[in-house]
Amino acid sequence: MTAETKYRVIGTRPIRPDGVDKVTGRAVYGADVKLPRMAHAKILRSPHAHARILSIDTARAEAVPGVLAVITARDLPEASGVVEAGEGGAVNMRDASHNILAHGKVLYQGHAVAAVAATSPHIAAEAVRLIDVEYEVLPPVMNVRRAMEPDAPLLHEDLHTDTAGEKSEQPSNIASRHLAEEGDVEQGFAQAAVVIEREFETATVHQGYIEPHATVAEWRADGQLTIWTSTQGAFAVREQCAEILKHPQSEIRVIPTEIGGGFGGKINVYLEPVAAVLSRKTGRPIKITMDRAEVLTGTGPTPGSYIRVKMGADREGRITAAEAFLAYEAGAYPGSAIGAGCLCVFAPYKLKNVRIDGYDVVVNKPKSAAYRAPGATVAEFATETVVDEICRKLGMDPLDFRRLNSAVEGDWKPWGPPYARIGHLECVEAAMASGHWRSPLQKTASAPDGAFRRRGRGVASGYWMNWDGTSSCTGRLNPDGTVSLLEGSTDIGGTRASVAMQFAEEFGVDYAQVRPQVVDTDTIGYTDVTGGSRTTFGTGLAAVELARRMKAEIRDKLAPLWEVEPGAITWNAGVFSADGRQATVPEAAKLLAEHGQHVIVSVTAKGSNASGAFAVHIADVEVDPETGKVDVIRYTAVQDAGRAIHPAYVEGQMQGGVAQGIGWALHEGYWYDEAGRLRNASLLDYRMPTTLDVPNIECIIVEVPNPGHPYGVRGAGEVPIVPPPAAIANAIYDAVGVRLRRLPMTPDRVLEAILASEAEA
Amino acid sequence: MATALLSDKVAVSATVNGEEVDFLCEPRESLLEVLRDRLGLTGAKEGCNNGNCGACCVILDGRLVNSCCVLGVEVQGSTVTTVEGLGSPDGLTPLQQAFLEEAALQCGVCTPGFLVAAQALLDRIPHPTEAEIRWWLAGNLCRCTGYDKIIRAVQKAAGAASA
Repeated sequence: MTAETKYRVIGTRPIRPDGVDKVTGRAVYGADVKLPRMAHAKILRSPHAHARILSIDTARAEAVPGVLAVITARDLPEASGVVEAGEGGAVNMRDASHNILAHGKVLYQGHAVAAVAATSPHIAAEAVRLIDVEYEVLPPVMNVRRAMEPDAPLLHEDLHTDTAGEKSEQPSNIASRHLAEEGDVEQGFAQAAVVIEREFETATVHQGYIEPHATVAEWRADGQLTIWTSTQGAFAVREQCAEILKHPQSEIRVIPTEIGGGFGGKINVYLEPVAAVLSRKTGRPIKITMDRAEVLTGTGPTPGSYIRVKMGADREGRITAAEAFLAYEAGAYPGSAIGAGCLCVFAPYKLKNVRIDGYDVVVNKPKSAAYRAPGATVAEFATETVVDEICRKLGMDPLDFRRLNSAVEGDWKPWGPPYARIGHLECVEAAMASGHWRSPLQKTASAPDGAFRRRGRGVASGYWMNWDGTSSCTGRLNPDGTVSLLEGSTDIGGTRASVAMQFAEEFGVDYAQVRPQVVDTDTIGYTDVTGGSRTTFGTGLAAVELARRMKAEIRDKLAPLWEVEPGAITWNAGVFSADGRQATVPEAAKLLAEHGQHVIVSVTAKGSNASGAFAVHIADVEVDPETGKVDVIRYTAVQDAGRAIHPAYVEGQMQGGVAQGIGWALHEGYWYDEAGRLRNASLLDYRMPTTLDVPNIECIIVEVPNPGHPYGVRGAGEVPIVPPPAAIANAIYDAVGVRLRRLPMTPDRVLEAILASEAEA
Repeated sequence: MATALLSDKVAVSATVNGEEVDFLCEPRESLLEVLRDRLGLTGAKEGCNNGNCGACCVILDGRLVNSCCVLGVEVQGSTVTTVEGLGSPDGLTPLQQAFLEEAALQCGVCTPGFLVAAQALLDRIPHPTEAEIRWWLAGNLCRCTGYDKIIRAVQKAAGAASA
């Protein structure tokens, strides 16, 4: 739990290399890019949740002075194929193309229909309103359970349910079914002393990054396309654009700008191909930025869900069986995070008898996208709430229960090999030993206004599987001994620092001697998205390998100068030596440069064992029984980070994830009317937590090294969003004795539950 | 219809980050647009364009405002400070330094707004309590940090200023 002192750089807390630019306003984000002759575009979006497009007349828009071009889906080639987009899942490119400009039908309010390029964004916005679209409005399907009914209106007449490769005969809104079974569930429940089965519903929520999507594309006459964009993965943008535009990847260069948050939502393309086509048409660079309403209605939120979880335990508290039914709203096109939800639903526990049944279902909402531990949060909300109920029934401490049932190395998990070395048990034990858990909670309190409040404490575990993927780094030894470290991973939360630190540790130099830069797709080898909590792990692996190869190359080039064999040169703590000669890295760099020798090395590394991350959270809440308002008054997050390269940035991930989890638990949700229109498409009405909604968040970093990484790193970014909804729901129960099984747990729902329980009593 | 799209521009003079500037803008342009598109000051960000996220915060004649909710033509004769106006070429302000040391930013896109807002707070209340900091910064949304380290950075900067 304490950082070992064998490292010089790892475990320290240096300032990030991009920090000064970011506190002085100089960092260039997507919307800050400006090119000579740049024009601007706006998107026309569907007002209907479900409608057939009968006609589109662009004549009035085209007549506006300053309008340069208008495009619709007709201007895109018919795309096909599937692109792997990391934890965003596989992207069907026909669907992706139809999602960025509607083809025949609009499938959600906010679905892009046409785009206008003009000399100013205001002219483009005015002209967009002059496009005449004739719609035949169709009945929308806004809820996963309704969408699964046989008589539900169909979104896609050619969609058939895929069950392990078998297609259903009848078309359906159910895109796929995922089933995993182990042992004998019926027998397991028969052995149980307590069986609890509950239903849960969760609302669609958004990643809520503060920077709206923004892109600039320039299509030159020779066919070379350059795209500046705010993305989690420049190569993912290149690949998707190539498929959608039917343009060779070699002709597309993607320059990632600084990115103002992503959380999974900036992997799929929305604007880039549209800007590219408009640029080709106008011969000018085209910039498109979304406004906030477009972000909420027109990008990819996380799925709403319906979940049923049934668990049984014997008298000693051992889980005897577990069963889950999960149905996720994919949105307008197939591809929710249902697979990950199924994988995570029971992940913290050792299970012998288990059955998991998951459904990916299309509804008339925006096509869902990844959101921090995609699919896991709602699934584990259900499980962890049921576990709490079992503990109450058995009169068992919830951390004792988790310690008893914790999954450990070698235990079964659905799909894939058994668990490698994991740290759930260590997190449970750290939570038990925490100051928070050991300090008693006063169960009632009076607020500053004199009103009466009830307090409660809840705990929950969480799991996210993490992703390995492929990363590249290029290192150039400069004559002054510094190293230019080029990376393909966009830096959302400090990964320039965490990757450079691993390089510095391995290369035997100070952190300040490493100059990391995030570069474009023509400058660096293939790199998967910054997602799946993979960058510090996977790009870190590449950086460590790079340091090793650069040391070898320095040895090879020093050898003839020192007139020794390369094998005779040893390296220790940043110093090369042979035959009584010595050179530090800067000395070696200078010597090599003087002899016209330069060291430039590129590495592409594929990780193979990201290993999962576990967390255990403790929440104290205060409930106003008169209004149902819930305040989180104390919060502790315990998490296995494998090895915390930069502990402050790991804490930052934990605290940020907790805050998003608190928002998901208490405030956030898409509110649709009967016609399928989103009624809270602004940051006033889509209520993300403010400084007043979250307390300081105490962090306990557990370090159970991941054997799949030379320094033991596990991805840390995603798992902290998983436990908060359940921890808070369990704390609400502890405070007021009611179980909330719908997210968000808004004051009206909490109050309704309190009043219902009082009426029962 | 067409002519209505091409509004006349208005000449405006103001002091921005200590420099006298003159610019032409359309009456419908927000101060945020003017700063970003006409003056090349892209530090202030658009997160919502309706005053709910605080990413575009600037100090206008001593008052903290969301520049997306002020028109460019309104700043005639006024003094505006943006994030680019904090600190100096050879040094960061205690707040900027504390944000770096305390890891108070992740993606950094809300950071300019938080720095300007927090500076406006410290200009008024040099030693705020945690409750005062949280209250004052409630108009600035951050989605990455959970606010913990931002609050600590402001506390640290306030402490450093008194030292």
